[in-house]
Amino acid sequence: MDNKYILISIAIMSGVTILLRVLPFVIFAGDRRTPGAIIYLGKVLPFSIMGMLVVYCLKSVDILGGTHGIPEVIAISIVALIQYWRKNTVLSVVIGTVTYMLLIQFVF
Amino acid sequence: MEKKAIFKQAFNDTIPVLAGYIVLGIGFGILLRAKGIGIIYALVMSIFMYAGSMQYAAVGLISGGASYLVVAMTTLMVNCRHLFYGISMIEKYKGMGIVKPYLMFAMTDETYSLVVNSTRYNKKEDRRKYYTIVSALDHSYWITGCMLGALIGSLIKINTEGIDFSLTALFVTIFVEQWRSNKNHLSAILGVVITAVCLIVFGPEIFLIPSMILITVFLLLIRKKEEPKYG
Repeated sequence: MDNKYILISIAIMSGVTILLRVLPFVIFAGDRRTPGAIIYLGKVLPFSIMGMLVVYCLKSVDILGGTHGIPEVIAISIVALIQYWRKNTVLSVVIGTVTYMLLIQFVF
Repeated sequence: MEKKAIFKQAFNDTIPVLAGYIVLGIGFGILLRAKGIGIIYALVMSIFMYAGSMQYAAVGLISGGASYLVVAMTTLMVNCRHLFYGISMIEKYKGMGIVKPYLMFAMTDETYSLVVNSTRYNKKEDRRKYYTIVSALDHSYWITGCMLGALIGSLIKINTEGIDFSLTALFVTIFVEQWRSNKNHLSAILGVVITAVCLIVFGPEIFLIPSMILITVFLLLIRKKEEPKYG
């Protein structure tokens, strides 16, 4: 594989990522008071974002074809239930991922 | 407060991320090797990009020979959620001094979920230490995981199909924890519903941007009713 291509691609991806992480701080820099609406968003957004991310991870699931998203539904339910009962992130992630891999490799 | 005590606290708080990042990092490293990309790039990406889902996407982009424009646009789509993180950390990261650039750079989903929920320290100096240690620890876990995976992937052949589900699982666990920690579920439900509707309407390529705009608009519309509930 072409090393120059890989390095330039990584540089672009790193650059865009850093830009997105830093931009809000630059826009609302200094001692100026942050607008109330932004402070409010800062409090409520974290909850919305996590919901958004879960859906984002499922974007390539095809409900109408393929496996109809059944492995995803099963694995996510397992993760959520284990997390709710045991409050152990490691346990939830490992069991959920192994279940999912077994489901799509051997069952579906 | 003593630095050692803060370190201990920070380490305790990051243990779930330690496990998650090792698993996710290994998944990434194995995937990278399976697509024939060199180990050195696992190191470069985990240090300088330090973005879980984007690194998974990067393997696909690079091995598929995507154009630089596609590479840039995909990064923008996948990581635009970081704009949100920045917005919610503006107040907390005020006056962080020399470490602020690193704190901003190192704010991944998981580090963000730790620092945004942290109300442990009252003194700014203590908070600064805590944020820095949490950020650096998480970063080191990620680099370790990615390198482990790349090494494992070089040595043995495993069927990795589905390993990227670990990322989904991690988000689900954070979602569950947030649900538990907050009595008010409206903003969480809004996030899920709006994004799902946008996915159906706009398709998987561009739905994140309309989702973010609509979530922001909706949250602002219900501000009068919602803001008092968040103290």
